[in-house]
Amino acid sequence: MDSGTASVSAPATWSAASRWLQRSLPKLVLSPTLIASLVFVYGFILWTTYLSFTPSKGYPIHDLVGFLQYVRVWNHPRWQVAIHNLAVFGILYIVLCMALGLLLAILLDQRIRQEGTLRAIYLYPLALSFIVTGTAWKWMLNPGLGIEKLVQGWGFQNFKFDWIVSEEMAIYCVVLAGVWQATGFVMAMFLAGLRGIDQDLIKAASLDGASLPRIYWRIVIPQLRPVFMGALIILAHLAIKSYELVVALTGGGPGYATELPSTFMYAHTFTRNQLGMGAASAVMMLLTIVAIMVPYLYSEMRGARKQPH
Amino acid sequence: MRTKTIAAVVGAAFGVTGLTASAQQVVEVVHWWTSGGEAAALNVLKQDMQKRGYGWKDSPVAGGGGDQARTVLRARVAAGNPPEAMQMLGFIITDYAEEGLLGDLTPVATKEGWANVVPGPLQKFDEYKGRWVAAPVNIHRTNWIWANKKIFDELKITPPKTFDELLVAAEKIRKAGYIPLAHGGQPWQDATIFDSAVMSAGGPEFYRKALIELDPNALGSKTMEKAFEQMQKLRGLVDPNFPGRDWNLATAMVINGKAGMQIMGDWAKGEFLNAGKKPGVDFLCFQYPGTEGDFSFNSDAFAMFKVGKEQQAGQLALASAIMDKNFQEQFNLKKGSIPARMDISDANFDLCGKKSMADLKIALKNNAMVGSFAHGHAVPESIKGAMIDVVTKFFNSGKNPADATKQLVAAVAASK
Repeated sequence: MDSGTASVSAPATWSAASRWLQRSLPKLVLSPTLIASLVFVYGFILWTTYLSFTPSKGYPIHDLVGFLQYVRVWNHPRWQVAIHNLAVFGILYIVLCMALGLLLAILLDQRIRQEGTLRAIYLYPLALSFIVTGTAWKWMLNPGLGIEKLVQGWGFQNFKFDWIVSEEMAIYCVVLAGVWQATGFVMAMFLAGLRGIDQDLIKAASLDGASLPRIYWRIVIPQLRPVFMGALIILAHLAIKSYELVVALTGGGPGYATELPSTFMYAHTFTRNQLGMGAASAVMMLLTIVAIMVPYLYSEMRGARKQPH
Repeated sequence: MRTKTIAAVVGAAFGVTGLTASAQQVVEVVHWWTSGGEAAALNVLKQDMQKRGYGWKDSPVAGGGGDQARTVLRARVAAGNPPEAMQMLGFIITDYAEEGLLGDLTPVATKEGWANVVPGPLQKFDEYKGRWVAAPVNIHRTNWIWANKKIFDELKITPPKTFDELLVAAEKIRKAGYIPLAHGGQPWQDATIFDSAVMSAGGPEFYRKALIELDPNALGSKTMEKAFEQMQKLRGLVDPNFPGRDWNLATAMVINGKAGMQIMGDWAKGEFLNAGKKPGVDFLCFQYPGTEGDFSFNSDAFAMFKVGKEQQAGQLALASAIMDKNFQEQFNLKKGSIPARMDISDANFDLCGKKSMADLKIALKNNAMVGSFAHGHAVPESIKGAMIDVVTKFFNSGKNPADATKQLVAAVAASK
């Protein structure tokens, strides 16, 4: 009798358990990732924010001092250089990558031969790490080894290309190497966008007598708006957290002329025993990214809500 | 057979403790001496430890200057798992001692009489509140100039005694088609030159007031302006291609006869020796003009962390092995520096090593042995970093020395 009830109820529990498992399997599988990102991303964001309000030097000191570290960061000449460089680098990097990426995508979209090969050639720089890009460009831009020496060797003795050793121009070298690396990727994004456009629209426009540039300017490019937004978000956060490129290309030099917020943060947190200042600068970087992301996310969500109507 | 029985009996008698004690105790050492010569030098210590019956766990973290190693260490200390010993420089030892993380070597230091053989200014860094916390390995000197002898002979130049003579010599070198000064434009290298310039402009007493005691009057004085003026003139002697260059590439320029001189610490000698060059024959070593007999030093030491009781024996044995005369001599012959103890004969050292050892004695007598600012033996890292910012900015822009002096005072005040 005992065994009889057991044999009846066991399958029932099993099937209940399996149904429960089936229903909650996605949650179970996702929960470790969720917990990990809650702790290691959001938890540490909170921890860093907390540290930025403490007088911590080498190790955390639990003592609140208000905005002192932020004042110190903003009064620091190196931080001012870093912010200026971020503005120059960020704007040029985003604008040039998008302009060149769009141009290349449009040219590749003209049903040319060997498109696949060309696309791969333009896309490949992305496969390199920033360290490799930085080191290769360091050698090419070095006046005594690279382009300047080569052109002078061809007989153009007055040729000068010494940006990397000049305090004013060195940041443009970082832009150059960064653009070289990311343009192919932006091109691929735009190319995918272009392929998604209804060809009938273009045909209709050309039947109406619109010229090709006019078609691109008035019809095609406006339709690429989501791609522009995507590229902007990706490039903007790459620019703000950019670190390896500068380290490999210029080491932050000459002097500290190519300092970026990320190199400032690293130097103060890890080598100068100014944990509080480092944390404050990290929070400033986070806020910059938030300032770009939040309006984007907001507009995306609003767009998604509007769709059904 | 008999030893085995004894071991078995002893093991049984002491039970579990007996078993763990019989396992060889391992001492972990974190360092950044990964280049060929350095690794060979460290091997001497490793073998010595094995002879004393301890295992050696090597934890190298590549990256000159030890920034990476310190990042690793920070994580390990935060996790409560420090190594027994770690290579450290100057004020970093003091920083860790202040955090209460370092152990106590006083028993072995007293027994072996370290206080009598280690130069006083160096002891300051290896002791904290009367406790020995680190064992020094070597003494490097930073106020050196390394010169290509062939170029000097060809142009009939003798080592300059004053800064003006240096400029005259440099002009001759430039006219002959060489680069007068090989330099790598990295902040720490600019700061290495600054060490010498400050000492040359104001002497060791001024150096101590300004760069060690951080006296605002000294930092903002006319003498400091003179030091910056020297930097400005030295900036005119380097090739336009200098930014970002590594120090050893700059040394190679002197070795290959492209450049006449380099201002660098005596680790540069290792590069000359590796290239098969001989001191006094292929290259010259002399003091930065105006710093003859003065000695700005930095010293590698192994700081010992606070560890459990069962690990302490190994730690003390390591400390004793580091201070061993034979190790100090062997290691420093390979490294290019001089021993951290004063009672070792200079017979086996080369010309530059002999000069360094002799000058150290003179400098000690004249109170002219001072910690190198550029290499973390003058002020804590946080202040040093802010000061180096000013120095490297000035060296690269070459603008007004008076402004740089003001900025130096402001940087110190802001980072205290």
